[in-house]
Amino acid sequence: MAARKSTAKSNVSADELKTYYREMLLIRRFEEKAGQLYGMGLIGGFCHLYIGQEAVVVGLEAAAEEGDKRITSYRDHGHMLACGMEPGGVMAELTGREGGLSKGKGGSMHMFSKEKHFYGGHGIVGAQVPLGAGLAFADKYKGNGRVTFTYFGDGAANQGQVYETYNMAQLWELPVVFVIENNQYAMGTSVQRSTKSPSLWERGAAYGIAGEAVDGMNVLTVKEAGERAVAHCRAGKGPYILEVNTYRYRGHSMSDPAKYRTREEVQKMRSERDPIEQVRDMLLTGKHASEDDLKAIDKEIKDIVNQAADFSKESPEPALEELWTDIYA
Amino acid sequence: MATEILMPALSPTMEEGTLAKWLVKEGDTVNSGDVMAEIETDKATMEFEAVDEGVVGAILIAEGSEGVKVNTPIAVLVEDGETYDASAAPAPAARVEAPVAEAPAVPAAPVAAAAAPVAVVELTPDYPEGTEMVSTTVREALRDAMAEEMRGDEDVFLMGEEVAEYQGAYKISQGMLDEFGPKRVIDTPITEHGFAGIATGAAFGGLRPIVEFMTFNFAMQAIDHLINSAAKTLYMSGGQMGAPMVFRGPNGAAARVGAQHSQDYAAWYMQVPGLKVVMPYSAADAKGLMKTAIRDNNPVIFLENEILYGKSFDVPKLDDFTIPFGKARIWREGTDVTIVSFGIGMTYALEAADKLAEDGISAEVIDLRTLRPMDLPTVIQSVKKTNRLVTVEEGWPQGSVGSYIASEVMQQAFDYLDAPVVTCTGKDVPMPYAANLEKHALITTDEVVAAVKQVTYR
Repeated sequence: MAARKSTAKSNVSADELKTYYREMLLIRRFEEKAGQLYGMGLIGGFCHLYIGQEAVVVGLEAAAEEGDKRITSYRDHGHMLACGMEPGGVMAELTGREGGLSKGKGGSMHMFSKEKHFYGGHGIVGAQVPLGAGLAFADKYKGNGRVTFTYFGDGAANQGQVYETYNMAQLWELPVVFVIENNQYAMGTSVQRSTKSPSLWERGAAYGIAGEAVDGMNVLTVKEAGERAVAHCRAGKGPYILEVNTYRYRGHSMSDPAKYRTREEVQKMRSERDPIEQVRDMLLTGKHASEDDLKAIDKEIKDIVNQAADFSKESPEPALEELWTDIYA
Repeated sequence: MATEILMPALSPTMEEGTLAKWLVKEGDTVNSGDVMAEIETDKATMEFEAVDEGVVGAILIAEGSEGVKVNTPIAVLVEDGETYDASAAPAPAARVEAPVAEAPAVPAAPVAAAAAPVAVVELTPDYPEGTEMVSTTVREALRDAMAEEMRGDEDVFLMGEEVAEYQGAYKISQGMLDEFGPKRVIDTPITEHGFAGIATGAAFGGLRPIVEFMTFNFAMQAIDHLINSAAKTLYMSGGQMGAPMVFRGPNGAAARVGAQHSQDYAAWYMQVPGLKVVMPYSAADAKGLMKTAIRDNNPVIFLENEILYGKSFDVPKLDDFTIPFGKARIWREGTDVTIVSFGIGMTYALEAADKLAEDGISAEVIDLRTLRPMDLPTVIQSVKKTNRLVTVEEGWPQGSVGSYIASEVMQQAFDYLDAPVVTCTGKDVPMPYAANLEKHALITTDEVVAAVKQVTYR
């Protein structure tokens, strides 16, 4: 029940570090490209970028095993890339094309992959929390030893259904990791302006749920915390809460007025705590990789993202008949 | 002075019950709060307490008596020292003897007899001719359907408030905990939003949940998951995953339970693509459609009715009796007017048809049974024959099921109509509590009769 202090030290191999660097960079470059395509009018509607939060999903995916499930909110591009869904399929969904993961019928907020055990992509703040517990319920019912990562933000943490879910998840000892991605702002409302609770993970104590706060800008710290959470769930001890403190560099969505925080605050976070720069430093100072090695990774990622963007532009719009399909199974 | 003790009503819809056991005998002194008897209904067994002190002067209804009407005198309390003089008793004195021990446990005459039409004409039977029929309540039919499907598919489970140990708030799940155990018959805390979401997630995860809402009034707390999570995910995922599940429970007015517990949601859910919506009237339909609902790969809203739970109907005795969605049932053939209804609305439709027959008006009565998909072809075909249409439901008028049917019939069969369609609905008010006002707020048989006379110009 007690909070664990996160430690920066970690037994991690050079290859693992390079993998995290690569995966976080993929998310960052993908999201930058999505922002560009949005500006060009190729992506419509709501589009919530994950830039700044990359260490959260990459660290937790490193703690997951094959078959574990994940579900999240509408800020979901990073989660999909981190669990191995095709960048081209994600980008083509953003552009509303036939080659999108939902055939262009879901959009930025609604993508799914049975193969990768990714259950969306949900646009109603907090709704994914009981849904995630339900996935864990199904796993426990089947006795398959799987764990579900249920992501939600600091904004969703004030929704009533989160606490209804905490109560039942602990009551039924469901194997679910509740990941509160605390990026400090629910749209434009800071955590301090929406609650007097000193921390969000501690609210689980009211239901007897164990948890901890984690430095979400450090991928290794996140991974270690994820491993503790997963071990707890897999041991049949019920749910676990991780409050991962992170930061969103971009606006809530593309139409964010950015009036609720200062440019300096964002700049300070970028320059001092950027998750990708931290791993880059570790790789270089530890002599695990050279500048040239990293440049090669950068180029590889750039190519992947460009291919995804090209695919998302070239893939045709869905056929009009698609309007009438997939309503009933 | 002697005080009569009357058969109590233990729930808003109780009309009669079984006097299961007397815990006092004649001559016993009782104090206020002493348990005098155990009363059983099809929903519950309750202890019945004395409200006055006195001596049991006479027991008028023997223990074991079934079908004792509410407000029947069951005992007489006299003051200490007084004796009970049956001849001076104010009302009925005939003692009801206990039934003989070998009395069958099956329900007696169907309670629905009054509501059932004289002759049921089935143009498209749901089961082979000559099938043995068993008189069954809607309550038992629903339970049988769920239990049969749970025996056949390990992934089916039932979750809701009071479904397990309490045996169901309305006793629909009676006996299911014993048969299937707590893993598959799951009591939830009172947390509709939460458990509707968990069940929907479990459906995404490969199970086939049945979610009982104690009433659909409480499902408003959960409606986001019914619509945004369960109904839309198949479409949003491009067909990759959906929610094969059933949300079920009583819907509509019960009796005297006021505005927040007396709403008909048929028209609400019927509007949503991705949902299937079922609202049965008879026990056979409740059973056959529930089995189909559980097997369906989509979220199904299954709207039951508390007043119908205790009504008995003939149910075919078949190993696996299912009814397809989207197939209306013609209860009664007629030539002068088509009356379309569903759920408890059928009670008024069929009663009206009986009354109209006395006036020489031949009404064709159609039970839609499922509202989405809706069997409009059967309605249109009937209207082409009768040229007149009246719809009947308990829900509110604006955006009603009837207004949708009227609009479709106007668009698809305008030339066949000899009169404007009349939509009979509940009144456009929250449900009042007072008995007279509530009766007036609901649709009545007389209103249906009047509507038919209006469209037939009689």
